[in-house]
Amino acid sequence: MDRIENLDCLLNKQKELEHTMDIRKANHDNTEYRELLICGGTGCVSSQSLKLLENLNEEIRNHGLENSARASITGCFGFCEKGPIVKVFPEDVFYVGVQPEDASNIVNTHLVQGRRVERLLYEEPTLKKKVQTQHEMEFYKKQERIALRNCGLINPELIEEYIANRGYEALGRCLLEMSPKDVIHIIKTAGLRGRGGGGFPTGLKWEYASKQKSDVKYVVCNADEGDPGAFMDRSILEGDPHSVIEAMIINGYAIGANKGFVYIRAEYPLAIKRLKNALRQARTAGLLGQDIMNSGFSFDIDIKYGAGAFVCGEETALIHSIEGGRGEPTTKPPFPAESGLWGKPTSVNNVETFSNVPAIIINGASWYNKFGSHTSKGTKVFALAGKINNVGLVEVPMGITLREIIYDIGGGIKDGKKLKAVQTGGPSGGCITADQLDVEIDYESLYSIGSMMGSGGMIVIDEDNCIVDIAKFYLEFTVEESCGKCTPCRVGNKRLYEMLTKITEGKGTEEDLETMRNLAETIKLTSLCGLGQTAPNPVLSTMKYFHEEYLAHVRDKKCPAGVCQALLKYHISEDKCIGCTKCARVCPVSCISGKVKEVHIIDQDICIKCGACFEACPVNAISKG
Amino acid sequence: MKTRTLSQDLYTQLEEYIASTEANDAALIEVLHEAQHLFGYLPMEVQLFIGEKLNIPASKVFGVVSFYSYFTTEPKGKYIINICTGTACFVRNANAIVKEFEKTLNIKTGETTGNGMYTIDCLRCVGACGLAPVVMVNEDVYGKVTVEDVQKIIAKYTE
Repeated sequence: MDRIENLDCLLNKQKELEHTMDIRKANHDNTEYRELLICGGTGCVSSQSLKLLENLNEEIRNHGLENSARASITGCFGFCEKGPIVKVFPEDVFYVGVQPEDASNIVNTHLVQGRRVERLLYEEPTLKKKVQTQHEMEFYKKQERIALRNCGLINPELIEEYIANRGYEALGRCLLEMSPKDVIHIIKTAGLRGRGGGGFPTGLKWEYASKQKSDVKYVVCNADEGDPGAFMDRSILEGDPHSVIEAMIINGYAIGANKGFVYIRAEYPLAIKRLKNALRQARTAGLLGQDIMNSGFSFDIDIKYGAGAFVCGEETALIHSIEGGRGEPTTKPPFPAESGLWGKPTSVNNVETFSNVPAIIINGASWYNKFGSHTSKGTKVFALAGKINNVGLVEVPMGITLREIIYDIGGGIKDGKKLKAVQTGGPSGGCITADQLDVEIDYESLYSIGSMMGSGGMIVIDEDNCIVDIAKFYLEFTVEESCGKCTPCRVGNKRLYEMLTKITEGKGTEEDLETMRNLAETIKLTSLCGLGQTAPNPVLSTMKYFHEEYLAHVRDKKCPAGVCQALLKYHISEDKCIGCTKCARVCPVSCISGKVKEVHIIDQDICIKCGACFEACPVNAISKG
Repeated sequence: MKTRTLSQDLYTQLEEYIASTEANDAALIEVLHEAQHLFGYLPMEVQLFIGEKLNIPASKVFGVVSFYSYFTTEPKGKYIINICTGTACFVRNANAIVKEFEKTLNIKTGETTGNGMYTIDCLRCVGACGLAPVVMVNEDVYGKVTVEDVQKIIAKYTE
């Protein structure tokens, strides 16, 4: 693309390209032209969506349809459970679970004969009916896509498509029509808050950094998405990298910085590739680098790679990691806005926060204010995962209830099981119980019930999961990821983990529960950084809401969910046993006795609970619990 | 310890890479990434080499290497089996998959088989939670893996 010299030049370019979005936005229905967008996010790529794309284009060529149809990639549609996804424009048809070999069927039936491929349409489980268009899907009805506005709409590898959908217009307007103060004012009045978890008002953060007097300042994009089970930042970088680049430049203009860094997990190869490609395109178009759009303002961005340390999501730790050292946090204040990277004022913002910025500048603060709750404006992207029917990425207005997310959007619990809890905020958060499903979700409400927004991971836990085991899982994570700098976190969490292990092994006492609570509170009060201060949350919150389940483990030595191996008892039903001796033959410790064609018995004192008999029984006569 | 046992050619490539950076302590992590990419791991001789070229103490290099889980000081197998143990995979029983791999290959997580073919590792979330539980073998991703699939997956990587 030629260098874009000024705002008019950009707007002309936009006009010139706008028509490429017509079919996707269904601006004219009578067209014969068809566009197929295939999800090119990590999840669908892992399920061979790129091979599918290749096959589709080959079939299109084979049928001589090059002038009336086209297939290309796009960012995550969010409906990851049923990937790979193919969307056909302008009819808004949404094919799910499409395999590479389905390409010829789609081209033959849909493009040539003009009929839908019924078997690839999504079937709404509650209605048992095939859904004809994406907008009729319950999954999308309550969603509001701002941060994800371009995911599933544009090809993330083409800057032209980003510009066609008003990309870089916000940047142009900021640089050429607004003062840095104006920019900060809009972000402040929009009420945008940090989407990485803390929820600190973004406008205030920018204002603070802008007021610092310094020859050099920095902008940092925190893309070190470490919360297991959260993948919104990855999806945004894969599906709409330009929105993050554009917002970083705007951030730089607002605070007076000329250099930015994206700190990204090395485990995200596809996001890195798309980001690099986008940076290159932006530089060529003169939208990044020296004298952007002849405004006199210069800004450039470098990529820095994480190396697998969860604590580097904490901003001071992240800064030390960019500096090339161990990612250990330091006390705040001083805040990075005052003294950050190499001691200079630094504005650190999360990927999702950034992707909201261009939309706010273009549409205005009052538009953004319309979405959300009283204290939390706008939308939030959640990664729904675990025992839920529709695993995926959803963007909803703040203030929506958990019930709406789990049942309306998420399609309910997998295999008709009972919901036990929803974990939010990852290793720093807590559990929300089935009784709290009607709480309106925002930063404050989640905090008040002992959890937190976090980066937006939402893990659904059902009756088959043991809550003590879940708490132990998070603690194991924290123990591994603790940087070791301060004692409460390094030693305290380890002790907490050991006590949880003891409980799951059936060796815990009621006294242990009290000790754990005290220790957990101490760790929260005395740890240095956010990781340590929040690490005991999964334990405290589960102990509060699932006290009975903890008691069952320590007092009755039972695991109600049947997960904790050591607490399991295998039992042979007298009614069902046919005396085939299979169980006795596979038992590694020979603790099963009984004659052929007679009921067998397990000696509980010798049994090591390996489950071999359970697997071997041909008539399901063995139960565990 | 000045003796270098690893390929001189790789050292030359690493040196060229270092020259393309600012060659100071800020470049340390990216240089380590490149070195691990070239050598497959970061033994002491490579760490000493990097310290010398970047003009920083070997203790600092080691401090950084040992801090980040991505860096390894032991050589890995030809096929690295990474089982995702992020939360989404965990609640969909990733632990049973880990155990099955350990049992089948007769090594523990983090170890490499005697013939240098397989390493079992766990990683925290590849972000493909719709496919949970997920197993990666080098660059290949396997989704919705069951205990029964484990044998089949290993069988694909025998040469």
